[in-house]
Parts: sequence; C-alpha cells; structure tokens
Amino acid sequence: MSLSVKHLLGIRDLKRQDIETIFQTADQFKEVLQRPIKKVPTLRDTTIVNVFFENSTRTRISFELAEKRLGADVVNFSASGSSVSKGETLIDTVNNILSMKVDMVVMRHSASGAPHFLAKHIDVPIVNAGDGINEHPTQALLDAFSIREKLGGVEGKKVAICGDIMHSRVALSNIYCLRKLGAEVTVVGPPTLIPKHLAAALDVNVTYNLREALEWCDVANVLRIQLERQNTPLFSSLREYSLVYGINRALLESLNKEIVIMHPGPINRGVELSSDAADSGQSIILQQVENGVAIRMAALYLLSSRGGKKLEA
Amino acid sequence: MKTILSDKQLDITIDRLCHQLIENHFPFENSVLIGLQPRGIYLSDRIYNNLKKLLPDTDIRYGKLDITFYRDDFNKGNALHVPNETDIDFSIENKRIVLIDDVLYTGRTTRSALDAMLDFGRPSAVELLVLIDRRFSRELPIQPDYTGRTIDAFITQKVKVLWKERDGKDEVVLENGTAN
Repeated sequence: MSLSVKHLLGIRDLKRQDIETIFQTADQFKEVLQRPIKKVPTLRDTTIVNVFFENSTRTRISFELAEKRLGADVVNFSASGSSVSKGETLIDTVNNILSMKVDMVVMRHSASGAPHFLAKHIDVPIVNAGDGINEHPTQALLDAFSIREKLGGVEGKKVAICGDIMHSRVALSNIYCLRKLGAEVTVVGPPTLIPKHLAAALDVNVTYNLREALEWCDVANVLRIQLERQNTPLFSSLREYSLVYGINRALLESLNKEIVIMHPGPINRGVELSSDAADSGQSIILQQVENGVAIRMAALYLLSSRGGKKLEA
Repeated sequence: MKTILSDKQLDITIDRLCHQLIENHFPFENSVLIGLQPRGIYLSDRIYNNLKKLLPDTDIRYGKLDITFYRDDFNKGNALHVPNETDIDFSIENKRIVLIDDVLYTGRTTRSALDAMLDFGRPSAVELLVLIDRRFSRELPIQPDYTGRTIDAFITQKVKVLWKERDGKDEVVLENGTAN
C-alpha cells in the first residue's frame, strides 16, 4: 500500500485509489485521536517544516497537531518577520531550511503553483497547504471524509459548493475530489464569482440560484467570501450578498428536507452563513476540523514512507 | 510443503491453550485477552469463543490491537503496512494482559505491541500466547508464556497459518520460500 504520488500538491494528481487509501488510514488515526494518549511514535525520526508564506490559523495548527501526534519533530516558519522580507527567494529560503536536514515540507503560499515549482527543485515530499487560488488538497480530503462519515459514503451524493468559487482553492480541490469519488457537484454563487468555463471543464452543474441548489443537494459546502483576493469589487455589497447568497436557519427550515452544512472556515458570520445555521445540528463544521487532524496524519504518514533518501539508504 | 498442524490438531491445541489460560486466569476478573492485528485475531477469536463455551457464566474482556503505527521498520525501505482496526473499549490499567498472536518469529511485532499497549494504560502483567513459536529466530529477548507448537525452521522457510474463516480450511503448514 502506498500513494501513487511523491508529493501531495493537489487532488488533480491523485487517483481514486489514493484518496481511498488516505481515508482508510485516517479511519485508524481517528481511533488514535480518541485515546487517552493521542500520540503514536510512527514519525519519530522525521523532521517536518511548516513553511507558511500566507496567514493561517486552523490549517497550520491542524498540520502541527498532526505532525506532533505522529511523533515528528516540527519546525514552523512564517514569512512575516523572516528573511523573505529582505528579498530572499522562495527556493533559497526552502533550500536553507532543507540544509538543516528536514525530511518533509508543508507549504502554504499566496501564489498558485508555488509548491509545484518547489517540487521540481527539492527531493523531499511536499504537502500543499493551499496555493493561491489553485488547490487546498487536505481540506478537500477532510471535506469528503466528513461527508463519507456523515452520510455513509460519497458516491452518488449531491454536493452544492456555495459562494466565492472563483477565488477558492477549496472549491477547486473539492470539485476534483468529489467528482473522483463519484459525487455530483453543483456550484452556486453570483455569476461574477463563478468562472465561465467551469461547468464544461470540470463536469459540474452551475446555478446562480441558491434555493434551487439547496433543494437539490444533500450537502451544502459553504465557502468564505475572499475579499482579500478581489482587486476590484465583484458584487455590490456584503449586505446584498448575504441577502441573496447567505444561508440562515429560516432558509434551511423552508426546505422540504434536512441538508448537511459544511464550511472550511473561517466563517464570515452573517455574510455567507448566519450563526443560527453555522451552529445548528445540521452543521458538521467542527467535525470537519476534528477530521482535519486525522486526514493530515494519514497524508503525512503515507507520504513520508516515500521519503526518497530514506528509502535509498 | 509440510503440515505442522492439521485441522483436528489445531482444535486440540487451541483447546489446550484455553485450559492453560483457565488454570492461570480463572475467573478472569482482572485479566484481559488482546489479539494482535491482522493475523493474530483469528486465533484470539477462537480462544475467546472457546473460553466463552467452557465458561458460559464468566465475563471475559477481549480487545484487538493494531501495531502498524508502532513498527520499528517504518521508513526502512519496507512496504507500507495497511493499518487495521484497534478495538479496546475498556481500561487495561492494572490488568493482567494476555497478548495473542499466531506466529512468534523475530519478536519485533511483540515489542511493537508492548509499546502500543502502553498507550492504553499500565497493565500489572503481560503474558504472550502464540500458536507457533519459531525458536532460534528471535532478534529480541521475547519468549512466549503459552505455546501451541514450537518448531525449528530455516530462515528461508515460511510458516503459514490457514483459518477456515479466511482461507477456507484450518491448517498450519511449513513452506519453502521466503521467510516470514
């Protein structure tokens, strides 16, 4: 058993079997996380560096917890306050870190493709923790894992991805992941936030009508409006957005069925999701966070066994 | 290929092991059986079910332990092992544990099991029960307390334990080929 890839750069590179192997491994790590001692010594000889060139709270903490619970040594690096601000290049920064005998890199970067660039230049496994508007593979894996856990499987399930599709790496990774696992996907949001050729390119349905999407789906994966990535305004106001595309308790109760609510976080409360919807019994947002640690443990475990230099030794 | 235990001999051996456990652990108030995943659980299932038949009124605690994440050959170029389910839904603190596995060979699996078990608590004592003890091939100072059959085999020979529920028949055979 192993993954078909050396790095986890995106879901696009994974085979369905890879995703299922990660899920199967994560099932066992979930059991580890329920124990009084939530730690195993599997990666005790491995040093992992978390290189975050972009702000993050939950992803970085989730990776760090996953690494520590696998017994790895962890080094954290943030771009702010580092030599990056003095003009050091990405490759120099990472090469310097690797010279300190690091076995694996977890990287977040605001530029799409940054981890792919790095993968061409360094030997150790790289895990993409989000690159620009491209992919966020571990988030998609934990989302699909949470759907599998909640609904008993992913195949044949109907998932609506709601909101800022254009700027969301979570949306793209989710579409790849869910389609590979046999789910049906509809994206819903303002026309200005949905790329024009998305439906044809990725085999998904597109609608601009939130109610229509919610009536169709089993799961609504609600995305954050990423104002930091919008150079020019793409909708008139947050108030209008929340009126047309916001999900609240009243809207959920008006549907003729109960759907599952997901959100990758952080939530803009009152914009894409109201508090009474985010905190309701239909929401599995906190389970997503919990599953994130198990999924990341599984990904790190499976990738680190392919650590080139160790296998050659 | 040579048969070490036929189906009948396997039944008798398991029966004997159960009686030995009863001698040392009855009434099992403070004792726990733990089968090692993946292959030890076929033996531990048999032992548990036999004990239940022999002692219908006795409550016996039984769990299954996976040692995949505790192996000492991770990252040593070996194939990655598929993790199996660990199912221990009781405390092992201060309990007398009987670890159950099918074949004792190098002792490394048992060492990993001891490590894994300590994450669930500190037992008062640990014993090891194996169906087949391949003596003279140990790499660690680990010996069984209860043994079904002791065999001397070459390193190139492989002991295969076949179970009805998985392989369609009960038999223990010695095969020429790569070591296990």
